[in-house]
Amino acid sequence: MNLLNRKQAPPLVDAVHYQLELKPCEQHKLDNGVPVYMIDAGAEEVLQLEWVFWAGNSYEEQNLVAATTNYLLKNGTATKSSYQIDEQVDYLGAYLNRSCFNEQATLTLHCLSKHVEQLLPLVREVLTDAVFPEEELRLYKQNMKQRLNVNLRKCDFVAGRLIDTYLFGEAHPYGKYSSAEAYDALQRDQLVSFYDRYYRNGQFALFVAGKIPAGLIGTLNQLFGDLPNSAQTPPPHLAKQAIQKKYRIENDASGIQGAIRIARPFPNRHHADFIPALVLNTVFGGFFGSRLMSNIREDKGYTYGVHSYILNLQQTSAWMISTEAGKDVCEATIAEVYSEMEQLRTTLISEEELSLVRNYMMGGLLGDLDGPFQLIGRWKNLILNELPPAHFYKTIDTIRNCSAEQLRELARQYLQPAEFYELVVI
Amino acid sequence: MIQFERFTLQNGLRVLVHTDVSTPMAVVNVLYDVGARDENPKQTGFAHLFEHLMFGGSVNIPDYDEPLQMAGGENNAYTTNDLTNYYIQLPADNLETAFWLESDRMLSLAFNEKSLATQRKVVCEEFKENYLNKPYGDVWHTMRQLAYQVHPYQWMTIGKELAHIEQAQLQQVKDFFFKHYTPCNAILVVAGNVHAGKVVALAEKWFGGIPSGTKYNRQLPQEPPQTKARQKEMNAAVPLDLLCKTWHMAGRLGEDYHATDLLTDILGGNNSSRLYQQLVKEQKLFVHLDCYHFGSSDPSLLTIEGKLVEGISMEKAEQALQIEIDKICKEGPSEQELQKVKNKTESLIAFEDMSVMSRASSLAYYELLGDAAWMNTELQQYANVTTAQIKKVSNQLFRAENSNTLYYYATK
Repeated sequence: MNLLNRKQAPPLVDAVHYQLELKPCEQHKLDNGVPVYMIDAGAEEVLQLEWVFWAGNSYEEQNLVAATTNYLLKNGTATKSSYQIDEQVDYLGAYLNRSCFNEQATLTLHCLSKHVEQLLPLVREVLTDAVFPEEELRLYKQNMKQRLNVNLRKCDFVAGRLIDTYLFGEAHPYGKYSSAEAYDALQRDQLVSFYDRYYRNGQFALFVAGKIPAGLIGTLNQLFGDLPNSAQTPPPHLAKQAIQKKYRIENDASGIQGAIRIARPFPNRHHADFIPALVLNTVFGGFFGSRLMSNIREDKGYTYGVHSYILNLQQTSAWMISTEAGKDVCEATIAEVYSEMEQLRTTLISEEELSLVRNYMMGGLLGDLDGPFQLIGRWKNLILNELPPAHFYKTIDTIRNCSAEQLRELARQYLQPAEFYELVVI
Repeated sequence: MIQFERFTLQNGLRVLVHTDVSTPMAVVNVLYDVGARDENPKQTGFAHLFEHLMFGGSVNIPDYDEPLQMAGGENNAYTTNDLTNYYIQLPADNLETAFWLESDRMLSLAFNEKSLATQRKVVCEEFKENYLNKPYGDVWHTMRQLAYQVHPYQWMTIGKELAHIEQAQLQQVKDFFFKHYTPCNAILVVAGNVHAGKVVALAEKWFGGIPSGTKYNRQLPQEPPQTKARQKEMNAAVPLDLLCKTWHMAGRLGEDYHATDLLTDILGGNNSSRLYQQLVKEQKLFVHLDCYHFGSSDPSLLTIEGKLVEGISMEKAEQALQIEIDKICKEGPSEQELQKVKNKTESLIAFEDMSVMSRASSLAYYELLGDAAWMNTELQQYANVTTAQIKKVSNQLFRAENSNTLYYYATK
């Protein structure tokens, strides 16, 4: 026991050497051409089914119509009240959730595999026969406006909205935001017609993962294979970037912290710089050991956390640095962010640091591919971004092989303070 | 059924191994039997501040994170009022790296002034971000002090006040470490693509030589039964009034725990639950309404909390809530309602058990409570609960003299 040398690290298997494989995903087509992607795996008797409709914000002609239609999908059908739908789902210990994004909007069912056959007819009813009761809309408007009032007191919430408008413009789906006036302007018939066009008749895909019972694909075809599934194109949207770069906003005179957002436009996943930028971003502010975290949190103690990331957007994207810092150290924090950008532009990342980041990213990928829900998530990301599976292997190749010189070049191209919007909301 | 093996090292460290070869990953979870309830009332927030210091380097390893990241691993930790839990997930091939790192910081920390100075600031910013600079951020600070007059649950894990954290000294840090961070006060769970035989050998190798330490003998003042309803009013610059009520309930090992847990679900667990249906949807008195409890080890609080629709008076909202409470006390739940929340519990457990990390932390937690095997009998405990028992629990719990009410008014 005395021979144990605790200063000596145990030998490592470098994660960069892992032969990572994206396990294949079964693909089926329903009679109407709707693609069904399936991962049959996992030890627990559970299922996740996700209906993805091309019915996100980009398709609406008036602010909040897409999000409200999505939210109220399960608040009443021709034969069932909102309560009856919730009761039926809850009774079986299932979860029926909906989410609205920029391009797509989803309905997701989580349930024990043994209950899926009982629940699917209800999902069909929600997708073909929702009625959007006036009373449900009224209550939704009232409660959402009041929640918004609470959120508007939070500096991070306000900062998140404003930075998006600088990057994309208030008229763009990525930049527009909610307001009391926009809630007030919502009308039931707008929801009904959006639903009719983008859900009942709209284009969709299905993503299924978990312990898949025999015959599920047949049931899906029977219940969802006859829907029209007609593709729609969204109205064109052009991002309109703000001219002014720097903003200081006082939202709460008694605030003791500032929400800092620093961001620049960045291309989407199809651009050649996207994958190497993921590696550079990890070094910069993408994990606990990143430059920003080590400097601003672990060395200076200005913040509980500081992160950088490339936004998960399909058409065009942005590179963002985000933190909440003490009111008196906000400017010092911003100076440190720029100083870390300068370091990356001027000095090559050491092989030691780069190797750590490569191993960290590969280990993370290995963990991310673990489990049926994680796997289908990765496939969904490729499919919705119209990327081939080869994109996954290209990512791995870049993590393994990108050079310090390449990353410095990338930093010189993109991490230029003059290109960034800078915002502090206190 | 979660399979596991269990053994104890000579120094008292309890070790559990749960093998799952379907994953390429391994999880190493170390739970220390210390939480905010074990703090000195004049040095609150210490258990949580300490959790931060655990990443500031140990006696033989100057940097904790770097070698772990090099091994492709990730880690995090959390502190509750009852316990502190650290976990690592990494590729199973590099399991030994996790043993090396975790055993060295159990042996001893580096205790460095610079790390303490920085983490004091970081935790103060965390305090501001989550509790001081957020609307309604002080609700629980106030409610805990109202509901607990002697038990240390009266403060939150972040601490009573910023000053306690700002004034933390290195000597106090050392004392805290040697009192609580010892093999006999810890539980190690190793899970994922691991072999029990190898885990035994690694545990002996890395943890076996650490001095046992003294078993911490917890003697906390227990909260006497409350005999009179307590109320408090507050005013703050928030947009909406908030009503928050709590009642003292059973601790995690109390015989009524499972019935009380199901009662919270019946009242406020989801959209079809009673309070949401009646008070948010039908009567439109609350913007939202939550019913929950913390599942604390010592007797806990059942909470009903909601923000009022603008223009609704506090009295009206509270009366309507009282009618619902009286109803469940008088009639109990229906069989169908009870079955519904049992089904929900069954599926919740199935979803939780999908992740190796969650299985590992559950094993550690049940072992702390008394026996990791209870993880496998939990569902049966819920299945055994009857409507009569829920009615009985409701009547014991929802007595006026057992209640604490916070009226949180928006100043216009």
